[in-house]
Amino acid sequence: MAKFQKKRGKSNPTISTASLPDIIFMLLFFFMVVTVMRTSTKMVSVVTPSVTELTKLEKKSLVNYIYIGVPKPEFRDIAGTKPRVQLGDKFADMNDIPLFLEAHRQKVDERQRGLITSSLRVDKDATMGIVSDVKVALRKAGQFKVNYSAKKRAE
Amino acid sequence: MAKKSVKDRMSNEVNAGSMADIAFLLLIFFLVTTTIAEDKGVLVRLPPWSEEPPEVLKFKTRNVYSILVNANNDLLVRNEPMKIEDLKEGVVEFILNPNRREDYSETPNDAIVSLKNDRGTKYETYLAVYNEVKAAYNELFDGEAQKQFGKDYEFLTTPQKKSVREVIPMKLSEAEPSSFGEE
Repeated sequence: MAKFQKKRGKSNPTISTASLPDIIFMLLFFFMVVTVMRTSTKMVSVVTPSVTELTKLEKKSLVNYIYIGVPKPEFRDIAGTKPRVQLGDKFADMNDIPLFLEAHRQKVDERQRGLITSSLRVDKDATMGIVSDVKVALRKAGQFKVNYSAKKRAE
Repeated sequence: MAKKSVKDRMSNEVNAGSMADIAFLLLIFFLVTTTIAEDKGVLVRLPPWSEEPPEVLKFKTRNVYSILVNANNDLLVRNEPMKIEDLKEGVVEFILNPNRREDYSETPNDAIVSLKNDRGTKYETYLAVYNEVKAAYNELFDGEAQKQFGKDYEFLTTPQKKSVREVIPMKLSEAEPSSFGEE
């Protein structure tokens, strides 16, 4: 039939790459949005435990982080090998916690201060002694909302 | 060169061929720096601090489910050793008491779960125990929500959640840790 002529040979079949940048940009924007630039360097090694009952933390600006774990090898000379507390980007002890919480509270809008959550990122091999001390310090400072950071465990 | 053909001057398009390369470069940069945030965890509400020693409250022994964790990460539940895997089931049965046992809670409203650990207990164990207790309560909330509203607990509105929690309040008491074990 006349309508079904062979088209082979008439045009050279190249895929247009004009839309390639657009696709790449789309990926780029995705990663730009999900990226969180780390504000402080971690000086303690933390591997969080895995649990099943997880709650998601909603607003990043209303969360402050307290790390507890064994200092990384490069800091062992000054910090020892026992689990330590890290606030912001320095090692701290229990007396520094109220000031750290207050500094974060100042940055938050007054109406939302009751919603501030402390995220405790504790290494799974740390003992409860140091964690209990931090808990007492948080209670003394009036910070009652606490989130024990953990990973999802497959059931 | 002075002489340029008209055709050359007309084609004043920017070459977009390298656009993809630039975008790739940026993409790879963000790929490397990305840490997809693991902002999840077990949400806990701590009790307020008071300097005075807490008031001694007396409860019937049958209403208290005591969980002790020692520095070797062993569990002692109501004076019997137990594995963490069995804890959730134990808590659920204790609170609901479907067989009306004499040594389990009178009503879910009276049931108290008491948790005590040592300073030498591993954090992983502590959180696992806490997680099991929470899982047990979540299961009970879901059961009660299904009974009252025919929906799971997380899909209820705030007043509905309140009415579920009036039937089954989450009473979890954490004692100050003992300090027998090595930290």
